[in-house]
Amino acid sequence: MARQVSTQKKVAYTAIAWIIGLIIFFPILWTVLTSFKTEGEAIATPPSFLFFHWTLENYVEVQARSDYFHHFWNSVAISFGSTLFGLIVSVPAAWAMAFSPTKRTKDVLLWMLSTKMLPAVGVLVPIYIIFRDFGLLDTRIGLIVVMMLINLPIMVWMLYTYFKEIPGEILEAARMDGATLGKELIYVLTPMAIPGIASTLLLNVILSWNEAFWTLNLTASKAAPLTAFIASYSSPEGLFYAKLSAASTMAIAPIVILGWFSQKQLVRGLTFGAVK
Amino acid sequence: MATTHTRNAARLMMAPSVIMLLLWMLVPLSMTLYFSFLRYNLLMPGTESFAGFMNYRFFLTDPAFFQAIGNTLILVGGVLFATVVGGIGLALLLDQPMFGQGIVRILVIAPFFVMPTVSALVWKNMLMNPVNGLFAWVANTLGFQPIDFLSSFPLSSISVIIAWEWLPFATLILLTSLQSLSEEQREAAEMDGANAFARLIYIILPHMARAITVVILIETIFLLSVFAEILVTTNGGPGTQSTNLTYLVYMQALLQFDVGGASAGGIVAVILANIVAIFLIRMIGKNLED
Repeated sequence: MARQVSTQKKVAYTAIAWIIGLIIFFPILWTVLTSFKTEGEAIATPPSFLFFHWTLENYVEVQARSDYFHHFWNSVAISFGSTLFGLIVSVPAAWAMAFSPTKRTKDVLLWMLSTKMLPAVGVLVPIYIIFRDFGLLDTRIGLIVVMMLINLPIMVWMLYTYFKEIPGEILEAARMDGATLGKELIYVLTPMAIPGIASTLLLNVILSWNEAFWTLNLTASKAAPLTAFIASYSSPEGLFYAKLSAASTMAIAPIVILGWFSQKQLVRGLTFGAVK
Repeated sequence: MATTHTRNAARLMMAPSVIMLLLWMLVPLSMTLYFSFLRYNLLMPGTESFAGFMNYRFFLTDPAFFQAIGNTLILVGGVLFATVVGGIGLALLLDQPMFGQGIVRILVIAPFFVMPTVSALVWKNMLMNPVNGLFAWVANTLGFQPIDFLSSFPLSSISVIIAWEWLPFATLILLTSLQSLSEEQREAAEMDGANAFARLIYIILPHMARAITVVILIETIFLLSVFAEILVTTNGGPGTQSTNLTYLVYMQALLQFDVGGASAGGIVAVILANIVAIFLIRMIGKNLED
C-alpha cells in the first residue's frame, strides 16, 4: 500500500480497530480464561479477568467424567474421513471439467451447486428413516457418508476453480513430448494441483468439524462428535461453567487455528469462486 | 480439441460425483414428497395411509407455522442487516493502514470457526445468563436490573449470537473484494476532489456490490437452516417464540414422530430455499462466463 497517511491517523485507526477486534474476540477469550478457573471463580462476582488461581483441573475432569477424547476422535474421523472420501470422488470430476470442458460442463457445475442449496430439513425424515432401517444411526460411517455428500459440491467447485488456473499449454507441451494420460497426471498435473487440493481439504475439514445439523440428529453417544458432545452441556445441573469452557476450548482450538491459515481459501470456497 | 477418447475418460471421471449427488438429491427428496401425502407416524408403524393434502392443510393452518415463518424471516433479515452493515464498516476499517493489522484480522475472523453449539452455549451461560452471566454483572455494576435475555427476548438474543457467528464471514468476503479495488481509481477520485463520503458512495460501494450480493445470498441459504443455536439455547421457546421453520420440522419429525406433517414442512422449506437459490445460481452462472 503506497497510501500516505499521517501517523496520527494511523494510531487512531489502530486504536479503533483493536478495540472492536477485542470486543468481537472477547467471548472466545473469556471461554479460554474461564477454562482455567475453578467452578467457584468462574461465577464469582466481580469476575476476575487474570488474577485468579490458574488450574488445569477442568481439563482433567472433562476427560475423566465424559471420555472427551472419544468424541474428539469421532470428530477427527468424521471430518477427515468425509474429506478424504470426498477428494477421491471430486478430484477426477473437477479435473475432467477443467481440462476437457464440454458444452454441458457449466450446467453440471451449477446443478451440483443447486444440490447444496437443498435445506437439510427437507430430507431429514427420509434420511433418518433410511439410517434407522440400515442400522446407520449413531455410526461414524453413516455420518462420514452424509458429510461427504453435503460437502461434495463445494469440493468440486473449489477444485475446479483451482484447476482452471493451471495453464492448459503445459499439458499440451507434455502431450507433445509424448506423455501419456497417466504420466501427465502424475508428473505434470499433480504437483501443480497440490496447493488447490490442500486448500480444499482444509476448508472441508473445518466445515465438517463444525457441522451441527446432521451430527445432532443422527448421533446419540457412540458416534457423537464434539458438536453433539458439547450440546449435552445445555441441560446440566450444578456448577459447570469452567468445565463447559474447558470442553469448548479443546473443541474449537484446533479448528480456529486451522481457520486462521485458511482465510483466503475460505473466501474462494464459500463464494464458489464468485469473489476472489 | 478433445478427442473421443479423452471425452469418454472425462465422462468416466465425472460419473461418481454426478451419480452420488443425483442419488442424494433424488432419493430422499422424492421420499419426502411421498411421505408428505401420507398419514404416517413413526410410533404407529404399519398404519400408513394416503392422506392427500391433509398434512399440508394441517401444517399450513397451524398457528405455529406462521410464527415459525415470521421468526425465520426476522432471524434471516435481522442477521443479514447486522452482518452486512457491520461487515462493510469492518472491511472499510480493516482496509486502513494500522499497526498489527494481521492480528486484528485474526481476532475479527475467529468466531466463524467456532462450532455453533459452543457459540450458543457460551453466549447463553457465560454472557447472557441473568444470574451468573457477564452481562448481568455489567448491568448490576451500572445499577440496572439484569435482563434474562433468552426468555425475555429469545429471538433477538439468538439473532445476536448468530450475527456474531456470521459477521466474520461478511467482513472477510467484503474485505477481499475491497482490496481488489485499484489504487489508481481511488487516487483519481481523490485528485478530482471527491471527499471520503463521495468516494464511498460512488466508487467503493459499487465496486463491492457484487460481493455484498454474494454475502446476502450465501448467508440466506445458511440462515434459513439455523438449528443448533435454537436447540441448545431455547428449544424454540418460550412457547414457539423462537421456533424457526427448520426447528418446527425437526420437532414434528423427531419429537412428535409425525412423518407426514414433518415432510410437508420439509417441502415448504425446500420451496422457500429454492426461491433464494435461483437468484444465487444465476449470479454464479454469470460469473462463470467471464
